[in-house]
Amino acid sequence: MKKIAILGAMTVAGLSAGVASAATLDDVKARGKLNCGVTTGLVGFAAPNANGEWEGFDVGVCRAVAAAVLGDPTAVEFVPTTGKTRFTALASGEIDLLARNTTWTFSRDVDLGFEFVGINYYDGQGFMVPKELGVSSAKELDGATVCIQTGTTTELNLADFFRANNISYEPVPIETNAEAQPLYLEGACDVYTTDASGLAATRAAFENPGDHVVLPEIISKEPLGPLVRHGDNQWGDIARWTLNALIAAEELGVTSANVSELASAAGSNPEINRLLGTEGTLGAMLGLEADWAVKAIMAGGNYGELFEKNIGENTPIGLARGLNALWTEGGLLYTPPFR
Amino acid sequence: MSDTHAQTVAFVRDTMLPEQPPPASEAGVIKWMRENLFKGWFNSILTLLSIFFIYKIVSGAYPWFANGIWNTSSLAECREMLDGMTGACFSVLTERWNQLLFGFTYPTEAYWRPTLAVVLLLVAIAPVLYPKAPRKLMLFTAIYPFLAFWLIWGGTLLTPLMVLVGLIAGYFAFKKFERQSFAMGMLAGLVATVVVIWAGGVIPAAMPDVLALQAIPSRDLGGFMLNMILGTVCVSLSLPLGIMLALGRQSSMPIIKWMCVVFIEFIRGVPLITLLFVANVVLAYFFPPGSNIDLVLRVIIMITMFSSAYIAEVIRGGLAALPRGQYEAGDSLGLDYAQSMRFIILPQALKISIPGIVNVAVGLFKDTTLVSVISMFDLVGMIRGPILASTEWNGVYWELWGFAVFVFFIVCFSISKYSQWLERQLATDHR
Repeated sequence: MKKIAILGAMTVAGLSAGVASAATLDDVKARGKLNCGVTTGLVGFAAPNANGEWEGFDVGVCRAVAAAVLGDPTAVEFVPTTGKTRFTALASGEIDLLARNTTWTFSRDVDLGFEFVGINYYDGQGFMVPKELGVSSAKELDGATVCIQTGTTTELNLADFFRANNISYEPVPIETNAEAQPLYLEGACDVYTTDASGLAATRAAFENPGDHVVLPEIISKEPLGPLVRHGDNQWGDIARWTLNALIAAEELGVTSANVSELASAAGSNPEINRLLGTEGTLGAMLGLEADWAVKAIMAGGNYGELFEKNIGENTPIGLARGLNALWTEGGLLYTPPFR
Repeated sequence: MSDTHAQTVAFVRDTMLPEQPPPASEAGVIKWMRENLFKGWFNSILTLLSIFFIYKIVSGAYPWFANGIWNTSSLAECREMLDGMTGACFSVLTERWNQLLFGFTYPTEAYWRPTLAVVLLLVAIAPVLYPKAPRKLMLFTAIYPFLAFWLIWGGTLLTPLMVLVGLIAGYFAFKKFERQSFAMGMLAGLVATVVVIWAGGVIPAAMPDVLALQAIPSRDLGGFMLNMILGTVCVSLSLPLGIMLALGRQSSMPIIKWMCVVFIEFIRGVPLITLLFVANVVLAYFFPPGSNIDLVLRVIIMITMFSSAYIAEVIRGGLAALPRGQYEAGDSLGLDYAQSMRFIILPQALKISIPGIVNVAVGLFKDTTLVSVISMFDLVGMIRGPILASTEWNGVYWELWGFAVFVFFIVCFSISKYSQWLERQLATDHR
């Protein structure tokens, strides 16, 4: 199946690169809705709530882009995609933007013909083990049985890690994260490995989270970010700078609470003024209204607010900012200047 | 002479003894148990072992059901209430009940529409399933598909109405030309249908608000409703298609025969899930950009093709089981091909094929859950995706999957019970 999806994606990348590319912005405006690809459900990142409204960290990106382009954060048609259908959906033009915790890799960017517009979450692969196993480092896992999702980059990373450390393991292949939880709890595998954010979410759902530990080793780089098709650079710019605007807003102290006040008149900080459109013509350069960033920030708050609300330490998932803190606070988030 | 015996025999009974009940060990429950459960030491041991295991299962599972909690709003809250006791968090079912049944995007105020459609479905299939039901209901059965479409998808009533009018026109054209030949009638019917629907298409386009319900795009369908829609539509469409394919495969006309053979063999040689992926991702490339064919429609077409190929083979088995004499009987009566098929061959062949057809239908109904793989939110898709991925219910498994098992079991078991009943009804041979 995966092959079909990839083959299809490549076919389209070849066939329709020139056809479906131009003027996504016009299409979206004419439609009045942004078609945004999300996952079929991942705790904290994207899932519909009891009322059927989508919520989550990736969903926040979709809403921000919709608000920047159309002025309305609810003008989004969420298209759920699986790991297998996501790339074809984007390549065929069914969706305008894919915000589905997708790892930025060379082949996805170059070969599949997509353009990653930034990184909204720096993830990495980790290990979770029961506390009673008494393991404190992944290097002590010689001979362990490991639950692992098939067909993902995590599978390859795992093989690399164990080979590099010259230890052996026995893989237990699984299809989804949901399948892994009961298997791991029943003891079908000693170790569960996936992205650290996924481990945290999984552990949070256990009856006794304290009985399990996430090992300190992070064995891979998994930069997750939204992506668009090759060939429409204006649309790519809009998505990229909307994400940058959310990060810059946190850096500059602009929040959903004070943004309307700051945007009402030009203030003393010129970069805030340029970001919020009270000075300069950044919006017009993108082909958007002057207050595009104001609307994007009002949609769900700046990057930090989105993080805290959906996956931060006060949520059941309880992720620390870590690498995803601003560069001023020791993290990796560093947006180019708004100038 | 009468007293001869009186001297030789001490006692002569002159009345019947009253009937005695059989000994306790040879009657009622005890006899049944002796014969069926405790016949010989080996059977006794097996019985005791079985009772022991049943007891273990029931005693293990009972507290889980009995302590079940029905009214919390998240898994954490439920675990808090259970406070370490064994117990189920059925509250996920009550809280997400509507999502399990209708998906998460179907408008809440429109829930009555699919519900009504299901109730009417029961009325509509009654005359098809039970020969004793009043024949006049057949009229309603004919109208039902259009009514159901209108109820579930909304929009103006004129759209399904125009299709209905087209089909009626086709029927009359068929009747008119049937005298000449069956094929002629079919052709005329087809042409009339297409012309009327095509020409009449302007009416709903011109008056989109006549008797209109809120239109609901297919993307918003979900939950068990989607399984029911796919199951009923595909089974009822694939049955006539399968009959035609089976007949086509036996045809003496080479082109028709080979078309049918290639279709059946190709579809049977491909896994359903592959066809679904084709429907979801590949078909989009074959159509010109912008012409977006409805995803549910694409899936219905694929599943129908798949099951019609299987049903065709089942019916071909039925056709092959009929003795040659039946075909010759039709010919000797002077019936043409269509007549002999309709009056002699098919009624017998279909009767033989019932178990096989039901088998395919049950399998097909369960296979509708495969659409969850192409990111459609049927019952399984809802559980795997949105519900298990929500922060409230991440980590609930037994309750949700148990519910899915329960629902599917009820439907499939009823279908199989019905087919057994139908076989008994149609059994005209002497056994």
